[in-house]
Amino acid sequence: MIAQYEPKPDVMARREQILAGLRLLLPPTGVIGEALRLKPYETDGLAAYRQPPLAVALPETTEQVAAVMAFCHAEGVRVVPRGAGTSLSGGALPMADSVVLGLMRMNNILDINYADRFAVVQAGVTNIGITQAVAERNFFYAPDPSSQLACMIGGNVMMNSGGAHCLRYGVTANNLLGLKIVTVQGEIIEIGGAHCDAAGYDWLGLLTGSEGQLALVTEVTVRILRSPEGQRAMLAAFDGIEVAGRCVDAIISSGIIPVALEFMDRPCIHACEAFAHAGYPMDAEAMLIIEVEGSVAEQDDLLGRIKEICRKFDPISLKVSESVEESLAIWKGRKGAFGAVGRISPDYLCMDGTIPTSQLAFVLRRIAEMSAACGLAVANVFHAGDGNLHPLIMFDANDAASFHAAETFGADILRLCVEVGGCLTGEHGVGVEKRDLMGVQFTEIELDQQRRVKSAFDPDWLLNPSKVFPLKLPAMADLPA
Amino acid sequence: MSENLVAADAEAPDTEAPATEAGLAARIRSAFESGEPLAVCGHGSKAVMLRPVQAAHTVSTRHLSGVSLYSPSELILSAGAGTKVCEIEAILAAQGQHLIAEPPDFSALYGTGGAPTVGGMVAANLAGSRRVAWGATRDHVMGLRAVAGNGEVLRAGGRVLKNVTGLDICKLLTGSHGTLAVLSEVTLKVLPAPERRATLAIVGLDPVRGVAALAAALGSPYAVSGAAYLPAEAAARMPMLAWLGGSVTLARIEDFAPSVVYRTDRLRGELASFGAGEVLDDGATRALWSAIGNVAPLALEPSGDAPEQAVWRVSVRPSAGPAVAAALAAALGARWFMDWGGGLVWIAAPATSAAHAEVARVVAAAGGVWILMRAPDSLRVAVDVIPPEVTALARISRRVKAAFDPKGILNPGRMRAGM
Repeated sequence: MIAQYEPKPDVMARREQILAGLRLLLPPTGVIGEALRLKPYETDGLAAYRQPPLAVALPETTEQVAAVMAFCHAEGVRVVPRGAGTSLSGGALPMADSVVLGLMRMNNILDINYADRFAVVQAGVTNIGITQAVAERNFFYAPDPSSQLACMIGGNVMMNSGGAHCLRYGVTANNLLGLKIVTVQGEIIEIGGAHCDAAGYDWLGLLTGSEGQLALVTEVTVRILRSPEGQRAMLAAFDGIEVAGRCVDAIISSGIIPVALEFMDRPCIHACEAFAHAGYPMDAEAMLIIEVEGSVAEQDDLLGRIKEICRKFDPISLKVSESVEESLAIWKGRKGAFGAVGRISPDYLCMDGTIPTSQLAFVLRRIAEMSAACGLAVANVFHAGDGNLHPLIMFDANDAASFHAAETFGADILRLCVEVGGCLTGEHGVGVEKRDLMGVQFTEIELDQQRRVKSAFDPDWLLNPSKVFPLKLPAMADLPA
Repeated sequence: MSENLVAADAEAPDTEAPATEAGLAARIRSAFESGEPLAVCGHGSKAVMLRPVQAAHTVSTRHLSGVSLYSPSELILSAGAGTKVCEIEAILAAQGQHLIAEPPDFSALYGTGGAPTVGGMVAANLAGSRRVAWGATRDHVMGLRAVAGNGEVLRAGGRVLKNVTGLDICKLLTGSHGTLAVLSEVTLKVLPAPERRATLAIVGLDPVRGVAALAAALGSPYAVSGAAYLPAEAAARMPMLAWLGGSVTLARIEDFAPSVVYRTDRLRGELASFGAGEVLDDGATRALWSAIGNVAPLALEPSGDAPEQAVWRVSVRPSAGPAVAAALAAALGARWFMDWGGGLVWIAAPATSAAHAEVARVVAAAGGVWILMRAPDSLRVAVDVIPPEVTALARISRRVKAAFDPKGILNPGRMRAGM
């Protein structure tokens, strides 16, 4: 089990009182205290770690969130915010003395404005729900994490989620206009609005990706965009990782920014093909999915230019999608990559480092060496245009040694990412998973600076503690080894 | 240009410009120890932006200059904070790339001579017309090095395009005008520059119709990357537009040449109900949008004995732009034009506190924000130059300021009085 700050004995002792206090603030079904019903909240998308919370609160309005926060603040109770619970870094892992504040009941779309190109939605609206709500007018919400059917916009904001199309459209932070937040003291504050750019400090930018460390988010104003006339994908297969990496460099250096530029290695191609039957090239060592958009003539023009570049790198095959169905099948394989690996291995850890793209071949070679050394298979899928690497480490969670080896392997990969000039996490967040690696990327001075920013919002460290920042030694000393 | 603007632009005699980041850190450390405030600048091109800083000493980053990393295939560039923006633009142009946010140059607006630096661009979170489609500088800052108010050197972000490791200190420092830390190096995402540009110009629409046309353009699938409206008197000041003879509604498309031809044609068809559009070519388009970003339509003072003009930058939801402009034109005789599809309204009106109060009132009613961009020192000292924050947020602001600059020595009073 991962170390957390010691539960506060006084809070643990007042459990019934705290539940009673919460029940005064929320509708009858909005407070959960029974052990069996706490079960679903004890973990998130990083299921290796589990910890039942003290209680779960499920508010339906911003005012109820504020009331719960004010109450918890007054009682000194820690609060763990939660959306759909799809975090891959344990961002919603409870603490034993915490109230999990679930925002899934706040799932209304409040306003859609096509003339001004924004939508106001509550935190519990799913990512895909926004696009579905505006699709009738051919608009969409751009960030598209693989979990978009389930994950909620509030969680996307807190983790600054990315997706396969960020190369063209940016990540969550680049697609927001405003937030309604609730402070740890229970104050409601509007940040931004339907206009661009703050006049003072960029609170919108700071809060995005803050992993629940600074405030709660209850409403989000997102930019919506008009969909392109069309899009089409192509596959380019190569017999080496290095040559595929050089091809990526050449495409971008030519001045073309495809809307998506995805890379898969051989194990990943095989796992995804078995699942999606997308016609992936099984004899390739590396494959690129390249997507362009525009009218059919514009697609033809861009794909023609890209094919010409690819041909310089001796591809095994180049295949342009001939239909919408074929494009969807190509993406089904990619978007289902995590699940596909799940079908060939009892468990997997999904890593999320970013590297300078020039280091791709070196990093993948080193990962293959580490994989051989520790005896755990790995499949790599990679947002090649922006350097965001997702090695999927296969292991068996029923075997403690296998899990430990997988964690060690994963940490070594992330250290390697930082060594070559990259970072620990490109889009999944630090959570508990990468917390203890933060010292690899940041100096103690830099971590303390970030801690002071947290303290400015949350002086008593009640919001999502034990995440993001390595536990300070005094607290660690009290924890079992 | 008024006396005080010229005076503020002249280099302060005791400006120190350390040659290294370590030198900058040592200078700030000694100011921290003595508790003496420091004004922070590059070449001083925006020295008269926001509020005057009360500091006996000025520290400049102008010698922290030069591009330390440029990897075109990785879309990444790092440069010392004192590197001139024009130098970076030239280096990028040689590889067919550009700065995404199209940072404006306010030299004409401020009547200043110093070259804008990339540190100033980040500290002020500049963005030109492309902001409406591609974001502001804040959206493209991938990494920073900076010296906090206690002399500690900090790194934030990194040199990769996707990074959510820890709190996003890059976004917090971008647009903080040197009040939290002094930038020493910035790392930016860059992109390929378009092969071709064109502008569709529709003449003679009233502001409400003009913004409706821009909403249709921005809501089209043709990736419009500039959307501005100039009333007739503003258009008349622009040599490349004056011949059109009336208000102009402008939509820009930038892409590969075949796409520009195709999209401009389709857009013209889609906006036909607003009027027949003229298409401006690549050269005219470059000159036009550079002038719009640099606020050229309002930069020059009216001739004769007209009272000195202040300039405000107003950000509202795009459809609210025309009403804000109309209200301020009626109340103050304001001159104005709109960018960002109506969402950015530049206002020029007499530099009085009464006019300022009216701008603040009208913009707040429209749910937007304002920045007093240019005014005599006397006005900039007397009023809020950006909207005040609600009590809870003001508390957080003070605490965050103290978290970086515990003694309040960096650019005190620059953004808000007493902070």
